[in-house]
Amino acid sequence: MDLSTEYLGLKLNNPLVPSASPLSKNLDSAKKLEDAGASALVMYSLFEEEVTEEDNLMDSYLYSQDIGHNEANGYLPFTDAYQTKTDEYLAHIFTLKNSLDIPIIASLNGVTTGGWVDHAVEIEQAGADALELNAYYVAADPGKSGREVESLYIELLKELRKHVSIPLVMKLSPYFSSVSYMVSELQQHGVNGVSLFNRFYQPGLDLDTLNITPELSLSTSQESLLTMRWVGLLYGNIDISLAATGGIHTAEDALRMLMSGANVCHLCSALLKNGPDYLATILADMEAWMEEHEYTSVSQLIGSASKINAVDPAAFERCNYLQVLRNYKV
Amino acid sequence: MGQDKTLIIDGNEAVARIAHKTNEVIAIYPITPSSPMGELSDDWSSAGQKNIWGNIPEVIEMQSEGGAAGAVHGSLQAGALTTTFTSSQGLLLMIPNMYKIAGELTPSVIHVAARSLAAQALSIFGDHSDVMAIRQTGYGMLASGSVQEAMDMALISQSASLRSRIPVVHFFDGFRTSHELSRVLDIDDSVIRAMINEEDVAHFRQRAMTPDRPVLRGTSQNPDVYFQARESVNPYYEQMPGIVQQTMDKFAELTGRHYKLFDYVGAEDAERIIVLMGSGAEAADETVESLQQEGEKVAIIKIRLYRPFDSRQLLSIIPGTCQAIAVLDRTKEPGADGEPLYKDVMTALAESVIHRESRFEYLPKVAGGRYGLSSKEFTPGMIKAIFDELGTDSPKTPFTIGIIDDVSHSHLEWDASYETSAVKKTTQCVFYGLGSDGTVSANKNTIKIIGQETDLHAQGYFVYDSKKAGAVTISHLRFGPDEIRSSYLIGTGQAQFVACHQDMLLDRFEMLDMAAPGAVFLLNSSKERESVWDSLPFNLQQQVIDKKLHFYAIDAYQVATDSGMGRRINTIMQTCFFAVSGILPGDEAIDKIKSAVEKSYGRKGRRIIEMNYRAIDNTLAAMYEVQVPEKVTAKIEKTQLIPDSAPAFVRDVTARLIEGKGDLLPVSLLPNDGTWPTGTAIWEKRNIGPEIPVWDEELCIHCGKCPFVCPHAAIRSKVFHKDVVENPPATFKHVPVKGREFADGMHISYQVAPEDCTGCGLCVEICPVRDKSRSSHKALNMEKQVPLREQERVNWDYFLTLPEFNRSDIKWKTMKGAMIAQPLFEFSGACVGCGETPYIKLATQLFGDRMIVANATGCSSIYGGNLPTTPFSKDPDGRGPTWSNSLFEDNAEFGLGFRLAINSQRDHASNLIDTLSDELDDELVAGIQQSDQSDEAGIYEQRQRVESLKEQLKSIDSPAARALQDVADYLVKKSVWIVGGDGWAYDIGFGGLDHVMASGRDVNILVLDTEVYSNTGGQMSKATPKGAVAKFAASGKTMKKKDLSMIAMAYENVYVAHVAFGAKDMQTLKAFMEAESYPGPSIIIAYSPCIAHGVDLAFNLQQQELALASGHWNLFRYDPRRTEQGKNPLQLDSKKPSIPYIDFAKTEMRFSMLQRSHPEASRVLFGQAEKEALERYEYYKKLSEISYENEDAAVTSKEN
Repeated sequence: MDLSTEYLGLKLNNPLVPSASPLSKNLDSAKKLEDAGASALVMYSLFEEEVTEEDNLMDSYLYSQDIGHNEANGYLPFTDAYQTKTDEYLAHIFTLKNSLDIPIIASLNGVTTGGWVDHAVEIEQAGADALELNAYYVAADPGKSGREVESLYIELLKELRKHVSIPLVMKLSPYFSSVSYMVSELQQHGVNGVSLFNRFYQPGLDLDTLNITPELSLSTSQESLLTMRWVGLLYGNIDISLAATGGIHTAEDALRMLMSGANVCHLCSALLKNGPDYLATILADMEAWMEEHEYTSVSQLIGSASKINAVDPAAFERCNYLQVLRNYKV
Repeated sequence: MGQDKTLIIDGNEAVARIAHKTNEVIAIYPITPSSPMGELSDDWSSAGQKNIWGNIPEVIEMQSEGGAAGAVHGSLQAGALTTTFTSSQGLLLMIPNMYKIAGELTPSVIHVAARSLAAQALSIFGDHSDVMAIRQTGYGMLASGSVQEAMDMALISQSASLRSRIPVVHFFDGFRTSHELSRVLDIDDSVIRAMINEEDVAHFRQRAMTPDRPVLRGTSQNPDVYFQARESVNPYYEQMPGIVQQTMDKFAELTGRHYKLFDYVGAEDAERIIVLMGSGAEAADETVESLQQEGEKVAIIKIRLYRPFDSRQLLSIIPGTCQAIAVLDRTKEPGADGEPLYKDVMTALAESVIHRESRFEYLPKVAGGRYGLSSKEFTPGMIKAIFDELGTDSPKTPFTIGIIDDVSHSHLEWDASYETSAVKKTTQCVFYGLGSDGTVSANKNTIKIIGQETDLHAQGYFVYDSKKAGAVTISHLRFGPDEIRSSYLIGTGQAQFVACHQDMLLDRFEMLDMAAPGAVFLLNSSKERESVWDSLPFNLQQQVIDKKLHFYAIDAYQVATDSGMGRRINTIMQTCFFAVSGILPGDEAIDKIKSAVEKSYGRKGRRIIEMNYRAIDNTLAAMYEVQVPEKVTAKIEKTQLIPDSAPAFVRDVTARLIEGKGDLLPVSLLPNDGTWPTGTAIWEKRNIGPEIPVWDEELCIHCGKCPFVCPHAAIRSKVFHKDVVENPPATFKHVPVKGREFADGMHISYQVAPEDCTGCGLCVEICPVRDKSRSSHKALNMEKQVPLREQERVNWDYFLTLPEFNRSDIKWKTMKGAMIAQPLFEFSGACVGCGETPYIKLATQLFGDRMIVANATGCSSIYGGNLPTTPFSKDPDGRGPTWSNSLFEDNAEFGLGFRLAINSQRDHASNLIDTLSDELDDELVAGIQQSDQSDEAGIYEQRQRVESLKEQLKSIDSPAARALQDVADYLVKKSVWIVGGDGWAYDIGFGGLDHVMASGRDVNILVLDTEVYSNTGGQMSKATPKGAVAKFAASGKTMKKKDLSMIAMAYENVYVAHVAFGAKDMQTLKAFMEAESYPGPSIIIAYSPCIAHGVDLAFNLQQQELALASGHWNLFRYDPRRTEQGKNPLQLDSKKPSIPYIDFAKTEMRFSMLQRSHPEASRVLFGQAEKEALERYEYYKKLSEISYENEDAAVTSKEN
């Protein structure tokens, strides 16, 4: 059985790639993922907000400690031993590359161009095989048009493309007016792949304090349907890699994604819930299913049920929506 | 040798570089202004920097300077080259060991940033009072007068001490030299190695105490031999001047910099000579050069080696032409017939006559003068005045220079406008800014750029006011082609560049007095271009026109905002400076600023660098030249800082201090015994809060939490009858007070003092009430201060006129009740959001009218007692806290003394009443002698009785009656408070604190525990928690915090409380009430968030909650009175830790730094801290559950 696939120009042993999660923060769990069969590893994200916040904290409490008093021109000793989150991230890329055999895909989470170019260059120098851009922009500004939002992504990509040569993959949200157009624009500006879709952070509200509270829940298989549909719509219309992410919990979920056109399937919630070894289970189940159904390779599977190859291509589009409504019993 | 590397450093760094390279052990204790030497040494050792023998010096912070001296002594005796750094009282605490070290002929150096001693007042500034107090110890004394000299003499002293075996105090002037940034030539390690004779080092080591070569050192000697043994050292002292000169000569060979024991500068045939030492000699050097050019026959002698004093050598360099000598001392010895250096010179001259060795036909006239105490300016005009005086027939002696002494008439007049020729060659620049706006750091950067990237010499000196919140900084920068010896501030009419980085300062300072004709004036103003000119006060406009100044302006805050820099304007104003000052060509300057920014932030702050770049690029487009009209357009001459309604002292004295004109106050206007009026902070309106709270009287539930948490007593609540509100200002708010405890018709008002509020926002943070329809809106909301200022100022003034609520009727056990009491601690200069001041303010609300405070040196003594204005105030009856600061180390004992004296006076009064009982009303006598003063009503009644007593005494004509009149007020309860920080309580003052707790006396000790030395800049104390990073704990403190409360509880008769006002306010209130009512020693250990924690103090309250939830801090009260009732004395007021320790630690930079710099250590230490927090809680819990019902029963009880 040939489980290999190609993603961003990288030859991978199989299509199961753990996505950005805390599992990559620790060398032991990263090794476990590799041992379980992960074909590549997307590292946890370096967040723009975190880096900016750290910069500001350092500016306030380390670089500019002087309050203008005769007796104190600072409070906290600031030594070169201080490792910023960026330092730590780069060092971790280096460690993972030296300890694992599988490709390492670094991940940057942010949306502005400032600073990211330098980070990307450093990430490349630290040895990452590819870079995932987790462009996370909440379009809350009523004065900003969809086109302007899109151009943020494009500008970020263009700027990065000028400075780094490793493959770039962009992780997108589903909230574009035209996901297809967006992907095609990105392709035009040199992206090597897109990863569908980003899960948005959705805060809650504490009724006692009226404070907005962070809420984080793991995905479910149900969420994979949105991704599957868009992967299926895009496959064949673009020449770049497709990664499916969000809601892939079982071999069946993964197989559906591959058939829809994904080159790789990202796993996150399933591994956080069941542990790194669970990847081996999904892989074994996939292999068993493929054997049972007489597939010989993953490449056979990829895109086999995408819109262009589907039994009923129209079902991918609006009529499918009607179908869903019709089936809904009140 | 390769010693030509140029450095831009201050005196402290210059000295520490040498000390760190030439020693193996460094034992220190922080004290201003010498602390940076120890901190730098610790930084270097932490970074693995080695001394010239290839070892990393061990740097240890001790619990006091006494402890440091002991450790130095021990380390030296056991054979390690050892040094220490200190100043002022610190040096005094070392004196006992200094006698020992010198007595044992032990080579070593103490580097002293010389500072005033606390006499009528503490002063952190520079003079020679401290070093003059160790002349008698047997130490050699070597003085340096500039940053370069400080570096050179540090090495010379180390070398000469090793050779001579005589320990040396190397001293240089605090602040003027220790903190002056200057361009110096580095001393290469090869030079250091060549200067330190390895043979001397070997001999030193051979004398070390070791069981391998056992000796006994430090015998107890008897009358038979002590005297002779004391005289046995004389040959060493006789040789030492020669050794020092040889060492100086060797240094000159190696570096080209020549020094003599006494350096003579000036005319060879000088007729008038000034003898002095330290930084003043630099200004004198510059002045002599100038005067010589004018044809005057003058000279100075710079004293380098002051002890041993080589009088023959001194006399040998005074030319026979000399007719008059002025000997200047930077110290004061009240009652002496001359200060020390004067007497040394006089003795030398007199002995030369006696021994017929004099080279003079007639002995020169000699005058002794005092100058420069506490960094008082010493300028060329003053130096010239001394030379002029020496030219008179009968020079005044003793004299003072630099002050107006209208009491003893000691002073010489001087011409403040006199300038030297050297000054005319330099570019002089003055910058007015705030501590928080980065002006000083930008200027330090500028000096580095110019000093290192050009051939120009550079000098920077920074003057701060004494506030911590909204501190004003004035930077004095000089650049010039020659070495800069101007050891004084830039004077009137001298600056070619004056910058005002904050337009709010335009009103406060006559800053253009400094401007030279044709100078550049740069203003950061938020005003529109067309109205910038009109925003200048009358005087400033007049000066711009008269002096034909080039006036530039920029809205730096707008540029900062546009560039993503928030409120940080330092780089923007620095760019403006380079753009208009013309010191460097435009593009080159911009490149240099950018590379300096890059150097400052390195690769760790790339986004900040980019923001700075953006700001630099945006600056040039935003700066513009203001068209100056021909005539002044301002209508108001100057805002009156102090209203006419202020007391005379405030108008005559305090106002001048606030204006920055204290130097002009004559001696007669100053209190001669250090006693100053309280309640002066209210007159200094600083307007530093950009936003102030606005009360929504409809939403408010009158809980009292906002005045409770306010660090500056800027928001108040007052309850009064509605009928007293007559003709209130239109916007004054008051509503019926909620609560059945108040009678009908009673109203409450919450009022902010708009010009005193610092805008920390804690009142809004604590406000528990939200608008049902708009959850962001509370009963207090921050709004811009400027539009509200005038309206609220009028409201505040009106609020003050309303009567205070009767203290006897206050329900003290409720927060609402306690908070309507008037705070008698207000508007201090403490940091925005300070975590200490709410406790002090609370104490004054509860007990202020009967409170006497002993305050340990530290933050609380600075915001509590630093001039110009002080926060302790009075109630409408004129009563209020009386406050004093003795020292750092003795505060508990000092406060105990208060109690002893009060009891003694009370007992005396009581005895006198007994004596006079036949003549006094029986009921009154009984009432007084058996009074119950355990509550406000009881105290009020006793006060009334004492007033009646005084009335009755008037008609009794006897000495006993007169005596009782004097002490009768002691019959009313007095509340003794001993206040200080953790540096005092846990470290330097612990011995005394322990003794006072053990005394059983009725004192209240308030420990403001910031868990670090806050005032001196964040050094580790024994209160510093495990895992916290602090100075001297750069890798995180590995030992856990000392449990002071357990030590106190061990006495069993001490009331102990552990409180955190932001975590549980009622527990704090209860603890203060109980502590004060306890008739023995009480100690309250109060958690006090501090900027040294690396947190925004807007989150002060939240941090306290986290500290509690993580178990970092526990709340409890231990009341010995409960045991008498069969109850467990310990009541635990906090719950079991409910969040991981790391969830607290990661929110404060002091801890999170460790995660980032030493991740492995942080995991271990925070893991231990969490375990220990839990264990500590469980331990307290168990202690609190022990049954006290029956002594035999050791079973747990749920009673508590």
